[in-house]
Amino acid sequence: MLTLQCPYCGVMADETELHAEGEAHIKRFGPGSSDEDFETYLFERKNPKGVHFERWRHTGGCGKFFHAARSTMTLEVYGTYPAQTLEPPKELIDAIKAKHPDWEGYK
Amino acid sequence: MRRYSAFAIAREGARYHTGWERAWRSPKPKKKYDVVIVGAGGHGLATAFYLGKNFGITNVAIIEKGWLGGGNTGRNTTIIRSNYLQDPSAAIYEKARSLYETMSQDLNYNVMFSPRGVMMLAQTHHEVRGYQRTAHANALQGVSTEFISPQRVKELVPIMDINGPRYPVLGALWQPRGGTARHDAVAWGYARACSDMGMDIIQKCEVTGVNQAGGKVTGVQTTLGEIGCDKLAIVVAGNSGDLAGKAGFRLPMESVALQALVSEPIKPTIDVVVMANTVHGYMSQSDKGELVIGGGTDGFNNYTQRGSFHHVEETVRALVETFPIISRLRMMRQWGGIVDVTGDRSPVISKTPLGNTFINAGWGTGGFKSIPGSGWAMAELVAKGEPGPLAAEFGLDRFREGRFIDESVAAGVAH
Ligand SMILES: Cc1cc2nc3c(=O)[nH]c(=O)nc-3n(C[C@H](O)[C@H](O)[C@H](O)COP(=O)(O)OP(=O)(O)OC[C@H]3O[C@@H](n4cnc5c(N)ncnc54)[C@H](O)[C@@H]3O)c2cc1C
Ligand SMILES: [Zn+2]
Repeated sequence: MLTLQCPYCGVMADETELHAEGEAHIKRFGPGSSDEDFETYLFERKNPKGVHFERWRHTGGCGKFFHAARSTMTLEVYGTYPAQTLEPPKELIDAIKAKHPDWEGYK
Repeated sequence: MRRYSAFAIAREGARYHTGWERAWRSPKPKKKYDVVIVGAGGHGLATAFYLGKNFGITNVAIIEKGWLGGGNTGRNTTIIRSNYLQDPSAAIYEKARSLYETMSQDLNYNVMFSPRGVMMLAQTHHEVRGYQRTAHANALQGVSTEFISPQRVKELVPIMDINGPRYPVLGALWQPRGGTARHDAVAWGYARACSDMGMDIIQKCEVTGVNQAGGKVTGVQTTLGEIGCDKLAIVVAGNSGDLAGKAGFRLPMESVALQALVSEPIKPTIDVVVMANTVHGYMSQSDKGELVIGGGTDGFNNYTQRGSFHHVEETVRALVETFPIISRLRMMRQWGGIVDVTGDRSPVISKTPLGNTFINAGWGTGGFKSIPGSGWAMAELVAKGEPGPLAAEFGLDRFREGRFIDESVAAGVAH
């Protein structure tokens, strides 16, 4: 079972209490953008084997969106952080890097 | 290749089964092939088979990181149907379904195709309208389906409770020539035929990189060394995003776990396939007597080949509601496969940004049924460099151009 800590209410939430919302930190494109930009924004995904940054929502709790860093190979959770950011916090990236020196880093 | 037949069984029976030969060779890789196919699942093997059969291209290697058929092809619940809504889907799935009808004869390998009928229950008014629409679309597409009454559902499946308190059965979309087949046999039958045509199936060999020069593929790096090729076909289902990344492009798909389970074996109780999309479960009975049950997909990216436990409970709950007599059965085994899901829930059979490199992926939760049709279309794409009529609509460019083949409404459940 996947358990994530909601960074707002602090609850260790079981996945049945949460809703996965897909890849995090996607750059959005609006009216006037090229077809390529829309394609990347709407459809193309990193889908990595390994470290993945995601959006989740604490649907069965406080209802808020937050972020999580997780391994798609082991389901290990590296940490969660609030939604109001465009990229993962540096401490989290450093901690993952320390654990997996051969990880290519956040791109 | 010695043919399998009733006579062969008698002959071998008379000499203590000492004369059976291996079904396929396990050769060392050559330096170079005309075509390298990555992934010896059903789709990779069928692609190889039709490259040989329809185009005479036999200098082909099929490279597999595990064992052939050990991916989703050996993990699925084997439902075969072609009652899709959109024309391009109906065309390729019906082509596949019709090829299943004669596959055992074509491959001289018993794939146990059993056109026992597939029933998709309508349990909300929305579903009734949706399936009536699909039945009409199928009539225009030449796919034989019909919308049947609750009474007919009960006649076909006496163990079903059609008056359930939450979602009574309001009708069903019925495809009499849909059914099931033996999944391993499909992989094994194609492997045997490909090996017989002189193709090399190389197992326990992972592709770890793609060599390129001047925008074109020149070969692959593998755990058994470099293998050159003129053309590359990537047919690796849940691992597509990873391999595409190694080839230098991204895909409109994500990998998630889908699971299934089987019960202890019981006497024959149900002789059709039933899918209940609203309560979210589906079931058929195998020849061994086990009830084969399909579960749900997880909502998050995953490569672990096991799904979340709560889906088992949700699925079983839905099926006990639909078939009360199964409530005291024990479940024997549960497993997962990593499926590659696209934005419009339809597959990709396409050229890629890398020259002479083609991809067949995105079959997601429902690509066992399409194996022969997909292999047929993919072989044409690889051989000619351009898609034929079956594959034309399934190009990657549809995501840029907004030409989706939207099947998520037609198939609300994994299948
Ligand atoms: C639980 C479950 C139930 C399902 N039920 C149904 C159903 O009832 N009906 C239906 O139509 N479909 C169903 N499906 C979907 C169906 O199983 C798949 O769509 C289909 O099997 C995909 O076949 P494939 O050949 O593309 O992939 P696979 O069979 O997964 O083959 C891909 C192969 O590529 C290999 N590979 C991956 N990466 C590499 C690499 N780097 N180097 C070398 N080899 C590599 C893998 O080891 C694998 O063997 C189900 C799937 C699951 C998981
Ligand atoms: Zn919360």
